[in-house]
Amino acid sequence: MSVLEVHNLQTHFFTDAGVVKAVDGVDFALNEGEVLGLVGESGSGKSVTGFSILRLVDPPGRVVGGHIMFRGQDLAQLPEAEMRRLRGNKIAMIFQDPMMTLNPVLRIDTQMIEAVRAHEKVSAKAARDRAISALAKVGIPSPAERLDAYPHQFSGGMRQRVAIAIALLNGPDLIVADEPTTALDVTIQSQILAEIQELARDTGTALIWITHDLAVVAGLADRVAVMYAGRIVETGQTDAVLTAPGHPYSVGLLGSIPGHGQRGERLTQIPGMAPNMAHLPPGCAFAPRCFNADERCRSDAPGIDEIDTGRALRCHHPLITPGVSA
Amino acid sequence: MLVYLLRRIAQSIFVALAMMVIVFFGIYMIGNPVDILISPDATPREIEETMARFGFDQPIYIQFFTFVGNALQGDLGRSFVHGESAVTLILHYMPATLELAALGLFFSVLIGVPLGVYAGYKADKWQGRAIMTGSIFGFSLPNFWVGMLLILIFAVELRWLPSTGRGDTVDVFGIRLSIFSENGLQYMILPALTLALYKASLVTRLARAGTQEALVQDYVKFARAKGVSETRILFVHVLKNIMIPIVTVLGLELGSMIAFAVVTETVFAWPGMGKLLIDSILTLDRPVIVAYLMMTVLIFIVINLVVDIVYTILDPRVRVTGGTA
Repeated sequence: MSVLEVHNLQTHFFTDAGVVKAVDGVDFALNEGEVLGLVGESGSGKSVTGFSILRLVDPPGRVVGGHIMFRGQDLAQLPEAEMRRLRGNKIAMIFQDPMMTLNPVLRIDTQMIEAVRAHEKVSAKAARDRAISALAKVGIPSPAERLDAYPHQFSGGMRQRVAIAIALLNGPDLIVADEPTTALDVTIQSQILAEIQELARDTGTALIWITHDLAVVAGLADRVAVMYAGRIVETGQTDAVLTAPGHPYSVGLLGSIPGHGQRGERLTQIPGMAPNMAHLPPGCAFAPRCFNADERCRSDAPGIDEIDTGRALRCHHPLITPGVSA
Repeated sequence: MLVYLLRRIAQSIFVALAMMVIVFFGIYMIGNPVDILISPDATPREIEETMARFGFDQPIYIQFFTFVGNALQGDLGRSFVHGESAVTLILHYMPATLELAALGLFFSVLIGVPLGVYAGYKADKWQGRAIMTGSIFGFSLPNFWVGMLLILIFAVELRWLPSTGRGDTVDVFGIRLSIFSENGLQYMILPALTLALYKASLVTRLARAGTQEALVQDYVKFARAKGVSETRILFVHVLKNIMIPIVTVLGLELGSMIAFAVVTETVFAWPGMGKLLIDSILTLDRPVIVAYLMMTVLIFIVINLVVDIVYTILDPRVRVTGGTA
């Protein structure tokens, strides 16, 4: 059963330099317990997509169109008070920088207990007990004592574990994780990835994992959606997309992972820069950087085509033929 | 923490010593107290006797060391006018000023913090702009004018509150205070509001700037992602973060409120230290002026020390352990 269905999501930023269509017609669906990797470069709109689901886009940004169906409710239409009741309760979020997400002047217990008591009328003692077990679940040693500490007494990795524990407190149906391991060093990163995977599997929580790192997605996600310039350009089962990418942009992303090619070989890179979102080219947004682009790409924007079950591409010249990919 | 405190106290002693030098020599430069103390038709013998009695015949450095020596024993001389010990005299007037300043400070926080936080929250809306415009009045209206206006409205026209004087007092540990008697409190409201208006505007602006800065921080967004209510975000998450600059400024302002409540005390005929200072300057009552200035220095030092301690309560990151200060 699907937990979340996003249809034609549009989030625009109304800046002095013009309207920036950070998210411009994104569709995807997520089943219970499923992990979706949302991949793209900086500025591709992947984080804004995540914040749009929680309706936490900062002004001048605004969700201007589309539907965000969460368990049959359209979050895009929900009054703010009801949205607040869902946040942290049914839908939780983990942020990118663990050094910034915890309030520096409040103790960990304050910040955890308030997350429980914002949604349930429980005693402070009961909320505290739940906080202790959440901290234990994410692998924080002697959680009862650590609860009295302040954020600055934790390392970056530990702080991210606390943030994850907070996300888990109310047993959400969906967690949106916005590059939660990017700011951590590699060993901590792999530990946390393994823990998250296990927790999501045990609790049946669906997970949207936003990242620019395909290596992370490879080990974690069931499905992957590649974003470019505010749109999903390719989506499919993780294995399928990683072994046989169909969009030239996905090929470029995969080629730029170190260790993928032969030793001594130059890393491939995608030529050019991520586009200026306020002035996108008329045709395919990726055309100016694409090795495969022709006149048609520069004038008509391609639509998204489902070329196989669960496999869709937004390209005039896909690099795989229908039926062969799966 | 203890080491840190001791170090701070040692620093404070140096400040106090430096102030002694400045105050003593500064006051020595103005006027000759003998002109006031001795009648013009006194004989030279009488003049000499008086000079000797007050020690004015000694070289200035001897006078200074006598002054320091006495000061260290808590003796800052006798008032030429009242004949009483200057310290006793000031201590007699101090409670009135202290309680007025305390109530003024309370009012300025009570008014300034919520207004500022709200103005920061609604920074681009008309509410925020209106509060900011209002605070300009708080800054620019002169104290004595505000005082007279308040008297005119609340005492003369509406007859809600008394205009001048101190009202009933209650003895608390031998100190006469009005703040604990209902009648006395009524007398305090107008002068305290007058004192508070400027500080409240200052606090409003500080709180607004801090709130605007804090609201865009990740921890606020994360608190929202937890489903915490906006009220709790503003008055727990944001407020605790913005209290540090506010406490710093209020600490300094409390000092100035105690030391320079002169104008307000004069307008409301409030029998505090400010009025005593003005009278002493007019009569060149040197020991009282010196004692007043020294007490002011002491008050500032104590307030700063308290502010530093309050920091450690507000911000766990500056909490010092052992010798690492």
